[in-house]
Amino acid sequence: MASKVIHALYTDDDVLMDAVKATRKKHYHIEEVYTPFPVHGLDKVMGLPHTRLAITSFIYGCIGLTVAITMMNHIMIEDWPQNIGGKPSFSFIENMPSFVPIMFELTVFFAAHLMVITFYMRSRLWPFKEAENPDVRTTDDHFLMEIDASHNNEDELVEFLTNTGAVEIKIIDKH
Amino acid sequence: MYTLSNKLRLLSIVLMVVGAVGLVAGFLKAPSTIDDVKEIMAAHDAHGGGHGEATTDAHAAPSHGETEAHGDDAHGGDAHYEHVLHQLQNKPWAALYVAAFFFFMISLGVLAFYAIQYAAQSGWSPVLFRVMEAITAYMVPGGIIMFVILALSGFHINHLFVWADPEVVAHDKLIQGKSGWLNGTGLVIRAAIYLAGWLAYRHFAVKFSRKQDEATDDTWYKKSFKFSAAFLVFFIYTESMMSWDWIMSFDPHWFSTLFGWYVFAGLFVSGITTIALITIYLKSKGYLEFVNDSHIHDLAKFMFGISVFWTYLWFSQFMLIWYSNIPEEVTYFITRIDDYNITFFGMLVMNFIFPLLLLINSDFKRINWLVIAAGIVILCGHYVDVFNMIMPATVGKSWFIGLPEISAVLLFLGLFIFVVFTALTKAPLLAKRNPYIEESKHFHY
Repeated sequence: MASKVIHALYTDDDVLMDAVKATRKKHYHIEEVYTPFPVHGLDKVMGLPHTRLAITSFIYGCIGLTVAITMMNHIMIEDWPQNIGGKPSFSFIENMPSFVPIMFELTVFFAAHLMVITFYMRSRLWPFKEAENPDVRTTDDHFLMEIDASHNNEDELVEFLTNTGAVEIKIIDKH
Repeated sequence: MYTLSNKLRLLSIVLMVVGAVGLVAGFLKAPSTIDDVKEIMAAHDAHGGGHGEATTDAHAAPSHGETEAHGDDAHGGDAHYEHVLHQLQNKPWAALYVAAFFFFMISLGVLAFYAIQYAAQSGWSPVLFRVMEAITAYMVPGGIIMFVILALSGFHINHLFVWADPEVVAHDKLIQGKSGWLNGTGLVIRAAIYLAGWLAYRHFAVKFSRKQDEATDDTWYKKSFKFSAAFLVFFIYTESMMSWDWIMSFDPHWFSTLFGWYVFAGLFVSGITTIALITIYLKSKGYLEFVNDSHIHDLAKFMFGISVFWTYLWFSQFMLIWYSNIPEEVTYFITRIDDYNITFFGMLVMNFIFPLLLLINSDFKRINWLVIAAGIVILCGHYVDVFNMIMPATVGKSWFIGLPEISAVLLFLGLFIFVVFTALTKAPLLAKRNPYIEESKHFHY
């Protein structure tokens, strides 16, 4: 069955925000919103659940910290014991201050890189992937709201969207 | 308008009276002769208290391996008792100094934060300006008290600063070389300059802010912006010098080039924490209805961020000295790790690990009681931090948190509450004509 969607284009992020609010109030289903830049607060207005990326970031940071501790313990204490700062104690805990920069850096490294990779995977992005945004103008200066139209009266919906300040409205058949 | 409730006024007065009485008792209880010291130490031994009585000279290199031994056995003669006598006589003074500086640094940190809000033309914070202005009101009595204590110490009325003792200086080449800077007159003149500058900025900033309430244009706001930018330049130089004069000179042989920043981070985070605590308190009493969760969230973010910044500076200072292990530098940390182990590592837990774990969660920063809990721990942690910076050089191993320490904190806490909440009643709680006030009211994260 072919599903129908409506593409409503806006030229201002404030107008878009109000339109999203009004659309949600009318209980129309917003499939997606495409914007040229991140619009502050849009996720909340759309009612998207809170991102869990922060939790993954915390977990990755903990992994990085653990890797750093294990690695430094192996390299500097066990495998080839080193005299650190004139203190040949060969004990991890007594030499720990000199490992803190490495522990910090690896925590950040793991958190940052794995978080980006997670974000790409979650957003289904990879190199040479074809763009998903339906209108190239959303990469320039237009905002596009995609609304499910198969379960609503099309004319009513178009009229409603025109009133919200859309500059262009298209009805698309998705296959 | 805020009105000071009788309960709070009574609380502050009770705190002040109890603190003052305790402090006076602390001064009276301090031993005045060597015999008193012998008695106290005998009593301690009778208790079976194996906490290694004071033996080492706090001012000399403390690393001569004699850490846990009972002094009476190791050192013979009265020289040792005389030394402990000096430390115990210093104790109430040092307790007074730590508490006076701690509460003064809170208001100074708030003043710096306030100036930054103006200089950055920030839009989120104007609803909190009146709270900040009230906290900085404590700078006037607090600054005068600091000045008096500094003058007494600088001119050797008490023995807090070793470099103020002419006998010590006569036998100390290193202090002689620094006496061009470290002398009573210089200390007092510099303190007067710092305090005059800070108090002048505070006076004008508050005046302009009140005048802006009634204004029809933004003239006073713009003036305040210029004053704040100039103040911040003055502040970062004088704050740094203040930290050398008022704190680092307790250990006149030792120096650290980032000490000013380190003290700044401590006073900044204490100030921001106090803003958060007082804001939440006022909100719980039904005032500040225009302050929403997002403002608290932002304050908590600052508490978290500056706590981590403080740790970064603490560690930068510690690691370089620890790693290079140069005797004249590393004694500073050896004294603290050997004699002040619990406060030294305890404050790291309170100032870093606790806020890190508690405030890292975005949702927790909006839960008022969690912010209060974190704030109280951070403030206690920074009190201990100041304690750690001052006590080792003044009372050495004879430290414990006893009557004078607790009383001094209560005294200044009472004074702080009284001055700050009285200042809150002096102006409307909303800086209504600030050009960013609407943005601030609708601030939403």
